Amino acid sequence: MKITIGAVSKPLESLKVHTGDWGTEYPIIDENKCVGCGECELYCPDLCVKLVEKDGKKVAKVNYNYCKGCGICSSVCPSNAIKMELKEIFKT
Amino acid sequence: MYFGSGHSACPGCALPIAVKSVLNALDGKCFVVNSTGCLEIISSQYGKSAWGVPYIHSLFENAAAVAAGIDAALEVLNRKDEGHVVVFAGDGATADIGIGPLSGMFDRGHDVLYVCLDNEAYQNTGNQQSALTPPGSFTTTTPVGKLMPGKLGRKKDMISIAVAHGIPYAATASVAYPRDIIRKVKKAVEFKGPKYLQIHCPCVTGWGLDSKLVIKVAKLAIETGLYPIVEFENGKLTRVMKIKRKPVEEYLKLQRRFKHLFKHPKGEEVIKFIQSIADENAKRYGLDL
Amino acid sequence: MVKKVVRGFYSVAYSVKLCRPKVICAYPITPQTEIVERLAEMYANGELEGCKYITAESEFGAASILVGASATGARTFTATCSQGLMLMSEVLWNAAGMRLPIVIVNTNRSVSAPLSIWNDHQDSLALRDAGIMQMYVENNQEVHDAIPQAFKIAENRKVLLPFMVCMDGYKLTHAYEPVDLLDQELVDQFLPEFDPPMKLTTKNPLTFGSYTPPSYYMEFRIAMHRAMERAKDVMLKVFKEWAEITGRDWGGLITPEYDSGEVSVITLGSLVGMVREVVKELRNEGYSVNFIKLRVFRPFPTEDLRKTLEQSSKVIVFEKSISLGHEGPVGMEVKSCIFGKQVEFYDFVVGLGGRDYPKDAIRKAILDVYEGKRKPGLYFDGYKEFEEISL
Repeated sequence: MKITIGAVSKPLESLKVHTGDWGTEYPIIDENKCVGCGECELYCPDLCVKLVEKDGKKVAKVNYNYCKGCGICSSVCPSNAIKMELKEIFKT
Repeated sequence: MYFGSGHSACPGCALPIAVKSVLNALDGKCFVVNSTGCLEIISSQYGKSAWGVPYIHSLFENAAAVAAGIDAALEVLNRKDEGHVVVFAGDGATADIGIGPLSGMFDRGHDVLYVCLDNEAYQNTGNQQSALTPPGSFTTTTPVGKLMPGKLGRKKDMISIAVAHGIPYAATASVAYPRDIIRKVKKAVEFKGPKYLQIHCPCVTGWGLDSKLVIKVAKLAIETGLYPIVEFENGKLTRVMKIKRKPVEEYLKLQRRFKHLFKHPKGEEVIKFIQSIADENAKRYGLDL
Repeated sequence: MVKKVVRGFYSVAYSVKLCRPKVICAYPITPQTEIVERLAEMYANGELEGCKYITAESEFGAASILVGASATGARTFTATCSQGLMLMSEVLWNAAGMRLPIVIVNTNRSVSAPLSIWNDHQDSLALRDAGIMQMYVENNQEVHDAIPQAFKIAENRKVLLPFMVCMDGYKLTHAYEPVDLLDQELVDQFLPEFDPPMKLTTKNPLTFGSYTPPSYYMEFRIAMHRAMERAKDVMLKVFKEWAEITGRDWGGLITPEYDSGEVSVITLGSLVGMVREVVKELRNEGYSVNFIKLRVFRPFPTEDLRKTLEQSSKVIVFEKSISLGHEGPVGMEVKSCIFGKQVEFYDFVVGLGGRDYPKDAIRKAILDVYEGKRKPGLYFDGYKEFEEISL
């Protein structure tokens, strides 16, 4: 196997780790309520909510590969556009 | 990309909110020195680094000194234009074990932005008290028992210590207001010399709160006067975040680490003490609207 | 080169200056302080071009500053000993693991308690497991010559480990000796600019000091061990090159004085001069004795020593160190080289805390062994019998 001298690592290899299966809940964005303010993007600790262009306006989009379901985005959304839903596999 | 997803922070951890705010404020033009702790462990595993900027982790207590070394090397190698030297260190690494090297770095005037990520205990080892753990807090080394109601001592006043060293910029901030962090970082790096920025970061796991309450709790810390948001430039208090004060109980009752205060025989006394600290802060910095 | 009578600490500082370090850290501790003082004077006079001299707040701070500077690509230097080395040890272990070629001069001094500012080797030998190369010099010319070689060996891409040049505190640091001072041209030709394979730079953002789970850690330590093994060849090549350009051949990792001897005597540091003389006299009187100077302690010259000690039936080590609870560390390591051979081994621990070990004591010790008056084993020599009391 190859190892680096002194355990130096390459940048951004964490992107290989998909932490999306960590959470029990996940955020659903109501694009009609979303005003594209960017608060969710500003706060998300896992950098997985981003504003994207959709039909001429900016809306939030979640990258579910990394979302841990913490709910911070939902808690800061001023337009109540983000709801946390229980994942299918946890529904009884 | 300066800091990547896929890191192993707890869901709702406030540390990445602080880190990305700082890195974005600098457009990634920086060298990061990170002491051992939660941030280091979740972001720098071999082969899984979350860092997109040059980064070094050495030991627990020497981040300030390592940063000083980088600053010196960049100066003599004529590479200062590559970026700013930034330290990310926890409250334990800053106020306890690392305070000697920090004082030395301040004293020698190195051009370093030192960011203390304050989650109010040694969280990476499972919530042991540090000099920045507030009074009344349960930690595993100041647990709640028949005799003791959690930590009895105060939070070490790191801002005053920083200012006493004569450094050009010292401020507190909170993940409650990332834009304020960004503004402060941009302002700090306009100064040459040591800069100290202490960012309040609620800890879901250690403080015992639901991740959805992280930002609310961070705001309450400010609104009760327990975490004054202040800014010092060249030793003078230049800005303060004014608040419509709320009683400390509103902040305390949301966190498992303080819940015992509402039941413990000494709890009432401790809450009174905590309130007096909030009142003191408000008076000292003129926090009340 | 100009021959001048100078004190040991000056010969160190002068040599360091010629190596064009970029960051020097200083913290005072007897008897190394004068080294950093001379460097400070050179700095104040503008003689250390392109170098930053930093007065650290502790030895721990000093070593940590050098970690940051070295990782950024700067050539670094500091000096310490005894308590300072102990305080730095956490960082030096870390620097070795991060493969940073920091050069340190350790002015061997006793370790507390009791407090002693005088010479022995307990301090540097306490760090023998850390992955730091260690060389012990016999006089001030050798330390003057050792520094450029230390940088060249440490910075070699096949090695990349810290290098500690050990010189006896007071006995060498403060002694006046005639030293052939090197010139800048010679050192510039010998020692190229520091060019690490990886460094902290925004042009190529890397993560230094990653943490490793059990599935990775072991390979990194083995890599360091292999680097130490490769260092042996690198050292021999560098020593040879040095001998060619200066005319001063200090030998290899060990320097045997003669081809063989019934009894082989080994020592290191400033004791070398005196022991060598005693052995020469004994040989002239007809005794079959060989003398071996142990120059490099890490990496340990196992193969060289094993070969050299082959014909001896008795081996004596004189050392100024003790691993409390077992034997002298130097003795233990020499013994391990000849494991399996039919040899009688005598470990003399002497001179702790700067106690003088005079020539006649050396002579008596060797003759006692030669004439079978002592059994093999560990001996403390040159001490007074005592009884412990409380007040």
